[in-house]
Order: sequence, then structure tokens, then C-alpha cells
Amino acid sequence: METNLCVAGFGGQGVMTLGKFLATATCESTDKNVTFFPSYGAEQRGGTANCYVVISDDQIGAPLGDVMDDLIVMNGASLNKFLKTVKPNGRLFINSSIVDASEIDRTDLTVVSAPVTELALEMGNAKVLNVIMLGVYVGFTEVIDPEIVWATVEHKLSKKPKLLPLNRQAFEKGMEIGRAHKK
Amino acid sequence: MARVFMKGSEAVAEAAVRAGCRFFAGYPITPQNEVPEYFARRMPEVGGVFVQGESEVASVNMVYGAASAGTRSMTSSSSPGISLKSEGISYCASARIPMVYCNFQRGGPGVGAIQPAQMDYLQATKASGNGGFEMIVLAPSTVQEAVDMTYKAFDLADRDRNPVLILADGVIATVMEPVELPEMKSPEEVKAIKDGKKSWACIGHKIDYKNRAWIEPGQWKTEIQQKCNEECAALYESWKKDAEAELYQTEDAEIIITAYGISARIAKSAVDILRKQGVKVGLLRPITVHPFPFYAFDKIDFDKVKAFLDVEMSIPAQMIQDVDTAVRGRKPIETCLCSGGNIMSREAIIEKVLSMKEQEV
Repeated sequence: METNLCVAGFGGQGVMTLGKFLATATCESTDKNVTFFPSYGAEQRGGTANCYVVISDDQIGAPLGDVMDDLIVMNGASLNKFLKTVKPNGRLFINSSIVDASEIDRTDLTVVSAPVTELALEMGNAKVLNVIMLGVYVGFTEVIDPEIVWATVEHKLSKKPKLLPLNRQAFEKGMEIGRAHKK
Repeated sequence: MARVFMKGSEAVAEAAVRAGCRFFAGYPITPQNEVPEYFARRMPEVGGVFVQGESEVASVNMVYGAASAGTRSMTSSSSPGISLKSEGISYCASARIPMVYCNFQRGGPGVGAIQPAQMDYLQATKASGNGGFEMIVLAPSTVQEAVDMTYKAFDLADRDRNPVLILADGVIATVMEPVELPEMKSPEEVKAIKDGKKSWACIGHKIDYKNRAWIEPGQWKTEIQQKCNEECAALYESWKKDAEAELYQTEDAEIIITAYGISARIAKSAVDILRKQGVKVGLLRPITVHPFPFYAFDKIDFDKVKAFLDVEMSIPAQMIQDVDTAVRGRKPIETCLCSGGNIMSREAIIEKVLSMKEQEV
């Protein structure tokens, strides 16, 4: 069993951090193989950023797939760029605050919408949008145990304990949305 | 041992520290900036020295100097930076100074693309500088392998008193994977390694002209230079035993893919998918690209094989020259290539294998 995920958005939306949290959690608490591969180029703030996470029971070949099982898009430009890479009947997670769902010209996909930009602003910190989306993804896919993912977030933020309650709130909100879509 | 989640470039640096590397000099270049960054943080913790040189040329010559004093030393760069270092590498090879360096290849030639590629195969394996010297060149296809190879490279360098090159690429530099790190050599072990080089290293000898240490990257007397070259030639000849390759699903294969490094890893997953479809395909992956594992081709049943497929992230193909020498015209060799910073696509390999199979039927 192998799951390919691509996370894409603006630089600054925490796209890399989202992918890294998921991959690190997988490494630290399971026997699965996992790779995290950041795209890099002549990128700058406000430009696009994307990364690939592959989680597998077997050896991983390419750390970036040609065909993705799952795609998370945090902005409209990423939807246009990556929508075609999702496999038939794949799963698409969109930041519905700024991604226009009507632009999804495929009917085979399972679409999970979460207005993570707005939700983050409601929580008082625009930066937690990636942690909300991480919760959405983990809550919906259950690719690994959500508590393991949270333990990784907690560990990474251990030097900034003040940020923990807000991030926990963000993660739980995301999980709630993810699980609700499942039903 | 517990596995840790590390970026390839940082894992390589940590492996070097654990192998006893106590001097690193480098100059920034994408995609391997995390190597010097990691050393800058790590070296002070182990009593080692990190220097960001004013250029690639300065850095490699600092490594030349530190290694001449018997310290396990390393530098790293990416394609155009490696070209700049070639003068210093050639001097190390000539003076028989053990050092390790890593090339995280990007697209080329010239400044090329900053994304991953495999454009430096011929430079790495045939002529990494002037003067016809050779080196053992190791080609990792995973972060774990990059770690293990870096650790081993220092032993090989010391054994032969010669540079060793890790030929990696931008994917290995930037991908994060779980790795098991090798054991950290104790300060006593690191000292013992250095002490073992007393007979030749410039570490302060008594006033005794005869037994004094000389670091000589060349000779004025032609007969001495020829003798040095003959000794080197004998060393290079002895490396046949060090040649290493992975043969994967080749026993009954009708099509054999040849690929190294990241391309081989992607090709391996293509083999798995094709095998599930009943396609008799295998992979021959050189682990040492120099010495090239010609022996591995002798293990292939040429009565069963119909064709080879050389997969490289290089246009034109480069390793194909060695593959061609190994195959000796017995079977056709086709190619599946990409370049310019594009990463090899598994789908492209699968498509090519299927089309080769079709043509034969």
C-alpha cells in the first residue's frame, strides 16, 4: 500500500511544514517507509511552493509521483497546476476560502473543502491554516493515527509552548471537518 | 537502532562527522547548501573546524591542506562548483592525499539548472581534473545509502591515500527519509586514525631531512613522476575487487534496465509495477560507478535478454558508454532520458519498456 500526496500553495502558507509534520510523524511512530520531497527552484515569497509526501509499506521508488493519490491545494494557482496529476477517483482537499470549487472540472474526485484561511483568521492567527488543513487531511484519510501527528506538532513547537493551545485548537477543528466529510 | 527523519544533505554531513571528519571547507551552491550549514553547526560540538571559503577553489585547497596534516577532511558542492574544485582534487590525487567530496549533481553544462540531474557522470568517472588520475566513485540511490557510503568513503580514502567521490544528485540532497545513522567514532578512535598517518602527514617531524614529510603534487624528475604514475596505475587496477552492483529481478529478464543513483531507484519501482503485469524486466544498478561493475554483466543470461534500456537523467546519455563497453554489441541498448532539472518519470520508463516489448513481438 502506497499513498502519494502533493501539497501545494503560496510560499508562506506553511505548505512545506504541513508535509514535513506528516512525514516526520510517520517516520517516528510507524514502521512504514516515508519520503518528504520539497520542490525547489528560483522561488520567492508569494510564489508557489509544493512538496510531496510518499507513505508506503514497501520500498519507495520515486519520492515524487507522476500520479497522485491525494492533492491538497491551498490556493487557486495550485489547483490549475496540479489538478490533472490526481489519479482517477483520487482525493482532493481544497482551501475553500480562496480556491474556487467551481473550477474543478473533474467529477471523479472526492473533494474535501475547508475554508482554512477564514478559520485561521477566526482563531486569531492566520498562520495556523496549515495545521487546520493537516487536521482535515489526517481526520479524513486516517493515513496515520492523528494523535501521533499531534505529538510531532507538539514536539516541534516545544520551544514555543505558548503556541500549543492555538495549534491544538486548529488541529482539532481540522479533524472535525475531515471526519464530518467522511460520513 | 532508532531511525531518524533527515534530509539527505544533512544526513551525509552527520555521517561524515561520525566517520571522524573534523575539517570541512565549502562554498554555497544549490542544492547542497544544507551540507555546509549543518557542518557549521555541528563541527564546533565535536572539536572540528568548519570554514566557508571565499570560493570553491579556496575551499578545496583548504581541504587539501587539512588532509595533508592527517585530518579526515571533506568538501562538497554541486556541478559547476565541482568543476571549480577539480584543480584541488587533481592535486590531492597526485600528492596521494585522502579526502572525500560529494557532488549533488544539477542540470548542466555551465551554470545549468539548479534542479536535480545526472549530468556529471563522465566527468566523475573518467576525468575529474587534469592528469588522468582516477578515484573510487560511489553513487547512492537513497539517503540511507548516501549515509553508509559517506561513512565508508573515509576508510577507502585512507586505505588508498586517494580522493573518494560521492556522486549524488539534487533529489538525494533535498529529500527527507528515515535513516539509521552509523556509530559515532570516539575521540580516541579519531585520534588513532590521525596518528596512523604519521609516516607521511605534515604533522611536525624531527629535523631529519630523509624522513621528513613531503606533500608533493608533482615531480621535477621525469623518472620519479613516471614511477608515481605507475604506482597510481597499479592502485587503480586493484579496485576491480571494489566494484559493486545490484542485480534486481535479472534472472529471467528479457529487458534489463541499467541506471544508477536516483534514476535506478525510480526504475526499480517501475520494475515492480511491470513485473506485476507479467513483464520480464530487471535492473542492473552500478553502486560504484567507478570502478564500473563490468563483472555484473557476466552474471546476466544473454540467451534470455533481448535488449537493454539505459535510464539516465542526462541528455545525451553518459553511463551508456560504459554499458556499451560491457554489452559489447551483443544486444541492442535503448535509452529513456530526461534532463535540464526534470526528474525521471516512472511512467516514462514503464511506457518505454512496454513499447520495447511490443516491437519485439
